[in-house]
Amino acid sequence: MDLSLENINHSYGDLTVLSDINLDIRQGQIVCIIGPSGCGKSTLLRLIGGLERPDRGDVFQIGPPPPGSLNPLTFIFQDFALLPWRTVEGNVSLVLEDHNLTASDRHRIITDVLTRTNLISFKEAFPRQLSGGMKQRVAIARALSVSPAVLLMDEPLSALDSQTRELLMDDLVGLWDRENFTACYVTHNLAEAVRLGHKIVVLSRRPGQIREVVEIDMPLQDRKDRMVELDARQRHLWGLLRDEALVADQELMNA
Amino acid sequence: MPDPAPRQTVAYRGGGFVHSPKTLTGPVVFVALLIIWEAGSRLGWISPLVLPAPSEAFEAFRELLMSGLLWKHLSASLQRLVTGWISGTILGVMAGLAIGLSSHIRAGLLPLVSAIFPIPKIALLPLFVIWFGIGEGAKTATILFGTFFPTVIAVYGGVDNVDRSLIRMGQSFGMKPLSIVIKIILPGALPAILSGFRISASIAIILLVAAEMIGAEYGVGAYILLAGSLMATDQLIAGVAILSMMGLSVSWLIGRVEKALLRWR
Repeated sequence: MDLSLENINHSYGDLTVLSDINLDIRQGQIVCIIGPSGCGKSTLLRLIGGLERPDRGDVFQIGPPPPGSLNPLTFIFQDFALLPWRTVEGNVSLVLEDHNLTASDRHRIITDVLTRTNLISFKEAFPRQLSGGMKQRVAIARALSVSPAVLLMDEPLSALDSQTRELLMDDLVGLWDRENFTACYVTHNLAEAVRLGHKIVVLSRRPGQIREVVEIDMPLQDRKDRMVELDARQRHLWGLLRDEALVADQELMNA
Repeated sequence: MPDPAPRQTVAYRGGGFVHSPKTLTGPVVFVALLIIWEAGSRLGWISPLVLPAPSEAFEAFRELLMSGLLWKHLSASLQRLVTGWISGTILGVMAGLAIGLSSHIRAGLLPLVSAIFPIPKIALLPLFVIWFGIGEGAKTATILFGTFFPTVIAVYGGVDNVDRSLIRMGQSFGMKPLSIVIKIILPGALPAILSGFRISASIAIILLVAAEMIGAEYGVGAYILLAGSLMATDQLIAGVAILSMMGLSVSWLIGRVEKALLRWR
């Protein structure tokens, strides 16, 4: 299943946050969206996932979602959004309970995703007992449990310290190698974008518009060892963002 | 050779302003007060008419227990307390949820709740007597009303404070609205709801005694009122001690429930 965004415009009251966004997300591709803070990256993701309605323009699903997909557009949030009163197992179970599954099917899916994400020995733990990295792994397991067609990731690594971030990035690359998932990945971290993105979309400051789309052909699993070659791409992206970020930084909130 | 630079340890200026548990202090203060009180009575510093000795109050309590009247008073009181509090709580939770979840209901009911909440419900007792009769009805209704309003306010406040990102998560996974209410909003509001229960339970005890003082044959409030009008201050102190024990038991019970339900915190 591909996604296609056509002429997306969105504003909150008088404030235009996104204007004229056209973008394709192809199956098996990770599309990274970067931009200065407040440029509407997260809004764009919520529009794609149907949590908000664009003022103008449409988001189209092209082709049917893969058979067995319970929730084709599935989010992974920056703050993990785990229920603190449910265990790891219970948090995954939560999103399966509203679907027509037998208890044994549900149990099989939970065991499967927790095994795939190496969380099976933590299944009885409560979120408060887990580190930030483990919490985000639980959220990833929860997202995988509904067999998504596209993962919508809203700064998934931004709440983690840099070592944990590095580990999780390896996890994500490994996961993509095995499962070839499709994702739209919002971040403000350029290193994440060049490590994970097949296509990097640079948004401008408010109102967010697409400034440039950078494609990187290098296979994901090679990138860690060939960062030197990617450095030029990262510097190019920083060149695009720097001035915008500077101005955005000095803007008054709610201006 | 130059003199070495003077050395000095850095003065400690942290510490304090933190509580550490002192399990023994509470009982010691309590017992010490009782001893001073008892001694004061025996030595004649405190006139028995003004304040009876704790031993006399205990003797009055023993008599009450022996005569079998304690259970009669206590069961009458507990029955009113439990029916009034439970029905007020059930209605309060439902109304609080409705106000927390629907903008229309909130706009319609919240001003009403805010207007009625500060009225001392005991002032309405004569009306309740006319509506529900002089018997149990009026007393239960007073407790029900007294419990209802603080519960409503605790519940809708709790619902308002549920993390919106969790609700958005539920929606993003396609959860049904009813599931979101039952599995995300209610458990998220539970800590606030339970602390609301603490407040509503103490209000219920206050109203129970007030209602029983206005007209009841049995009940702890009636017992205290009778003791007061006979100037039997020892019985009065015994009755007040029973009330205090009742309040402590209720708060202990709620503490147990909190421990069991909020294990995840």
